[in-house]
Amino acid sequence: MNKKNNLQFWVSWLIASVAIALFFTYLLMSEGVTKTLFMPGDLSPGHHQLVDACDTCHTSAFGGDEILQDACISCHGDDRVKPNDSHPRSKFKDPRNADTLEKINATHCVSCHVEHKPEITLKDGLTQPRDVCFHCHAEIAQERPSHEGMSFMTCKDSGCHNFHNNRALYTDFLVKHMDDPFHKNNATLPAKEFFDVLDEILEYPRDKYPVQALSIEEIDAPKDKHYDEAIIHDWSTTAHAASGVNCSACHISITEKTQVAVWNDSPNMDSCNQCHNHEVNRFKLGKHGMRLQAGLSAMTPAQALLPMHSDASHKELTCNSCHGAHNYDVSYAAVDGCLQCHADDHSLAYKDSKHYALWIQEQTSNDNKHENQGVSCASCHMPRIDYDVSEWTTRKLVDHNQSANLSPNSKMIRSSCLHCHGLGFAIDSLADEDLIKNNFNGLSKVKVESIDLARKDLERYLQEKQDAE
Amino acid sequence: MKEEKKMNLAIVTIATCLSIGAGIAIAKDAGTTPSITPKAMADALHLVMDSDRAVYTKRIVNRLVKKEKVIKASEHFEDDKALVLPAQMFRFGAEMVAKRAEEKPDVNFSYSLQSLWPINKQNAPKTDVEKEGLKFVAENKGQNYYATEELGGTEYFTAVYADTAVAPVCVSCHNDHKDTPKRDFKMGDVMGGVVIRIPISG
Repeated sequence: MNKKNNLQFWVSWLIASVAIALFFTYLLMSEGVTKTLFMPGDLSPGHHQLVDACDTCHTSAFGGDEILQDACISCHGDDRVKPNDSHPRSKFKDPRNADTLEKINATHCVSCHVEHKPEITLKDGLTQPRDVCFHCHAEIAQERPSHEGMSFMTCKDSGCHNFHNNRALYTDFLVKHMDDPFHKNNATLPAKEFFDVLDEILEYPRDKYPVQALSIEEIDAPKDKHYDEAIIHDWSTTAHAASGVNCSACHISITEKTQVAVWNDSPNMDSCNQCHNHEVNRFKLGKHGMRLQAGLSAMTPAQALLPMHSDASHKELTCNSCHGAHNYDVSYAAVDGCLQCHADDHSLAYKDSKHYALWIQEQTSNDNKHENQGVSCASCHMPRIDYDVSEWTTRKLVDHNQSANLSPNSKMIRSSCLHCHGLGFAIDSLADEDLIKNNFNGLSKVKVESIDLARKDLERYLQEKQDAE
Repeated sequence: MKEEKKMNLAIVTIATCLSIGAGIAIAKDAGTTPSITPKAMADALHLVMDSDRAVYTKRIVNRLVKKEKVIKASEHFEDDKALVLPAQMFRFGAEMVAKRAEEKPDVNFSYSLQSLWPINKQNAPKTDVEKEGLKFVAENKGQNYYATEELGGTEYFTAVYADTAVAPVCVSCHNDHKDTPKRDFKMGDVMGGVVIRIPISG
């Protein structure tokens, strides 16, 4: 009897164990099934959309910190190199920094950006000790007497420093721009240049689609495809028609298996990628496209942490969300494309702002007097930047990775604000949370000290030089 | 039991033969494979680094900035649309070497440019060997400094070479910089040192 009971117990135990193992394996391996059960803690706001794509960061079950480091670099590597990282990993690889690395391993991203630790995650996804700068810059007051008595907890929060991207904050830049006016005369934003540089884009399919205007009579869609006057009108008024991009350019694709050209009624982002690969790649690295990059379904506003309009909750974010398929109106994309979803205070206040008034002035102008003077949502959040399209070539590109120009917001000073405003005005405005909420309607009530400190250091130097002479 | 003894004897015999064979092979190889001491390697690396930088300083920076006066050299070369300073070119090279060497386990060395009078205080000597070495090369013109030191559990052969002002731009730039702790450098003065490290154990 005992033996029989024992056997029953072990068989039941075995069945239960296998069932539990199968259940967890199913959860882990199935697409579309949430993996939150396995998470040691919630993800940071930067990565919360990847909750069901653990393997985006945990690319291998084996290996240590290097696996995570490679994962960080695979998405954020470019943004660490392009703006001239002030603290590149290579700087810390020198053995002379071995003692410092024992205190804080600055060669690994996770030393300051650890995930699954909501209890220690600060603004901008930071998790490092607040006084991290102390380990290398303990003697800063001797080097910069203006810093005497300052706490190491304030280096970043005061709006003066950014560990990686200091392009708008370094001392000599502050000095160079310390007497900038609030507003610059004849302020304009960078102009488009894609059409002008087509010759330089080697991968552009110019053999198939020569850069020359097409008329409605030249439409190459098959006769049996139904397209109405509205579609024809939309296409014929865009730069696609003006530069030789016919229907087949987007609607015909080559199947992977059979290598046969087939018509596709609803082309996806692969079509855009043929000519706009940098835009598509950057889109996938930002919050709008990161789920696609991770192999998940497209993001919907319902998944956002910021307030969104409820009627937009289930819209999927792809190129077509902001750029219509046949009428990809960039003016619509630059403002209404954003406002169809975003419903936070800053977004809702935009249409009452001076920036919007300038935008309307440009859009309604009959001549080119106000060209590139309007300030749309995209002017600041997806600015036109000088982007290195290869190791050797730079192109003016709308950066569709809007996350690269935010958090901390000092990253947008040079790419956006300084086209029209002085440096001090921009630094102070971006430090005033209330001003950001009302979309810069008024002047900043916050005064960041950095320019005054740089001025003091300059005056000290000039005095020393004069005394020496 | 007898069988077991025979088996053991056979295993010991085979192992001994293999060991002797391997020893002969290694000894033979050692006789024909060229070897280089850490000191010779550091000296060779320094010769290349020093020559490249001297060429850049004299033939590019000094010529275009001081002689032909067609362009500036600036620490903020991108913002100022200017030439990279010779010291920056040296450091960028060192950072690129550090990055590329990560993918080459057989290549293992690092180098840096330091000074007892650094413009950027992060380039002041940190370890005892660096401090002693930089002092030595500044006080003993024409001589290098060699030592071993342990950093982060690894033993390094460390060589320090004097870095002298080879062109007028070196002197003027350092003396005029607002963050320099020394404003009376002259041509030919030792302004700092190149520190090369090669791991020898660990």
